[in-house]
Amino acid sequence: MTGFDLTLILPEILLGGGVLVLLLIGVFGGEKATQAVTISTLAFLAAAAVGVLGLPGPATTFDGAFVVDPFARLMKLLVLTGSAIALIMSVSHARRERFERFEYPLLILSATLGMMMMISANDLISLYVGLELQSLSIYVLAAIQRDSVRSTEAGLKYFVLGALASGMLLYGASLIYGFTGQTSFQAIAAAMADGEPGIGLVFGVVFLLAGLAFKVAAVPFHMWTPDVYEGAPTPVTAFLAAAPKIAAMALLARVTMDALAPIGLEWRQIVVFLAIGSMVLGAFAAIGQSNIKRLMAYSSIGHVGYALVGLAAGTQVGLQGVIIYLIIYMAMTLGAFAVILSMRRHNVALENIEDLAGLSRTNPTMAFVLAMIMFSLAGIPPLAGFFGKFFVFMAAIEAGLFVLAVIGVLASVVGAYYYLRIVKVMYFDEPVAAFDRTPSELRAVMLLSGAFTLLFIVFAGPVSQVAQAAAQTFF
Amino acid sequence: MDTGIDPATGVQALFFYLFSGVLLGSGFMVIAARNPVHSVLFLILSFVNAAGLFMLLGAEFLALILIVVYVGAVAVLFLFVVMMLDVDFAALRQGFLTYLPVGSVVAVVLVSELLVVLGGLGFSPTVEVTPNAPAPEPGEVSNTVALGRLLYTRFVYFFQVAGLILLVAMVGAIVLTLRHKEGVKRQSIAAQVARTPATAIEVRRVEPGRGI
Repeated sequence: MTGFDLTLILPEILLGGGVLVLLLIGVFGGEKATQAVTISTLAFLAAAAVGVLGLPGPATTFDGAFVVDPFARLMKLLVLTGSAIALIMSVSHARRERFERFEYPLLILSATLGMMMMISANDLISLYVGLELQSLSIYVLAAIQRDSVRSTEAGLKYFVLGALASGMLLYGASLIYGFTGQTSFQAIAAAMADGEPGIGLVFGVVFLLAGLAFKVAAVPFHMWTPDVYEGAPTPVTAFLAAAPKIAAMALLARVTMDALAPIGLEWRQIVVFLAIGSMVLGAFAAIGQSNIKRLMAYSSIGHVGYALVGLAAGTQVGLQGVIIYLIIYMAMTLGAFAVILSMRRHNVALENIEDLAGLSRTNPTMAFVLAMIMFSLAGIPPLAGFFGKFFVFMAAIEAGLFVLAVIGVLASVVGAYYYLRIVKVMYFDEPVAAFDRTPSELRAVMLLSGAFTLLFIVFAGPVSQVAQAAAQTFF
Repeated sequence: MDTGIDPATGVQALFFYLFSGVLLGSGFMVIAARNPVHSVLFLILSFVNAAGLFMLLGAEFLALILIVVYVGAVAVLFLFVVMMLDVDFAALRQGFLTYLPVGSVVAVVLVSELLVVLGGLGFSPTVEVTPNAPAPEPGEVSNTVALGRLLYTRFVYFFQVAGLILLVAMVGAIVLTLRHKEGVKRQSIAAQVARTPATAIEVRRVEPGRGI
């Protein structure tokens, strides 16, 4: 029983302590403390990011339950960035929609803590507790606008379906434990390597992957996504689309690459199926949408499908593609939601695509940024989104998954239709009245995201090197 | 708990059959009783008997936890819910016969799946060779001590995170339901304590035979 090295979980201890301290400040300070809690939450996230940067090399602690390696470090930095930006974007919206409460930043902090634990999970139990901490916080966040019927409905739907998914995941975990006698990922892999996996074990793996697929919203476990994305307050949707998805993909990658490595053929079949379903559904179902949040929901389902293509390859290049894809996806999504959050007229939030009509004349900068993000989401070179797709499809072809790559390319052609429709509405439709003034923090996020998508080609090299170093963890 | 007696004989066997019999009977009555309050009372009876079974196995910690948590908290909560919410149980049962065929098909499928998984193949031989956490000798420590040793050493990380999850659940419940209504008078103990006789009592001289 070696290794209870607390320095490895220093960022998590910081966030956990932050939750407790800020809860006290919020409870005693009341509504007046909201701003202070928000600012301190950001400070805690930043401090945790510094802590993550300073973490020592590959090591495990708590008897192998918690692992720190280059992959975990990169993913944690991404999640912390995503959470912090989502929190910054929510400030002005929360004030105007009257759900400015100190619990909001607090729950984002605890959700982020859960995500960090998911990313470092190296054991079925730490996988589950991290996932539950994250999910529980987000169920509440989705319903936080409790006087709005849509928000509470979204929260309830997410909660009921999420509980079902957790149940499936636990059932799978218990079967895996029953057939291998182990909960640690490496020990499970060692037990599986002994011989032909039994049908019971494969059952367990299927259930485990189904539970995780729910968390990343991959078809056929995507049903909750459009309703929750549409119903939840927009800043929560932005958070939901950016950070938890990255954590869940990281967890999925670690489970498949570590614990399930000896039965690669079995899990790759499942991931290929999930990828094809998600890409095709994401492309076709988004066409008929008129609400931009619902459209982003289907878009996120499609993008998860593309990221899964890289995972299905099961190679180092594939995982590198997944990591690059996640980085790019997060940057584009946050930018797109910054624009959606700015869609207000006479202090009323708008969510329909028609409301963007003629934006190129009323607000040319915003229209240009959104157009660039849409082109990038569609995967048009030389924007960032193209490189993401390029890496995962290359990995799929190298791994011999030609059919998967072809379906992916076709799906992205179909998907380009609805992204380009938004550009068409902005540039060629008759303008309606201009939007309210954009808050400066939203403008900053928009410009950063636009710059990232436009100039990605310049720093594609360093990004892919970082991703490669992280992907090497498993090979 | 090796007592040297074959557990299937003697007093132990007697208690085993007693507890199991009452457990099965009361478990059946939970779903068969017409009055929901009776259902909950039978549920409590079955919890107590299950606790007795755990006791026979030498798992005294689980037995006591079952009583404290399930009888003390969960069943009482059920009673509250049953008594306070006006749930029409007769209406809930109405669809029973209509859904019976579908339900039984699902049940048969599930049972056959379980049989295929568990019966046909058996557990992997590695389970016995590589147990995740070797159990201590029952004679050496009581299982409360054994559980405590594991929870606060090897599993301390999981234990702490589970605590955080409960905290978040509590915060969530409060966020979503607590409302500060305007115009509701609340008790302020500080203000009550700080009252002086001068502000609290008014002395009146009352004439005999007259009211105030």
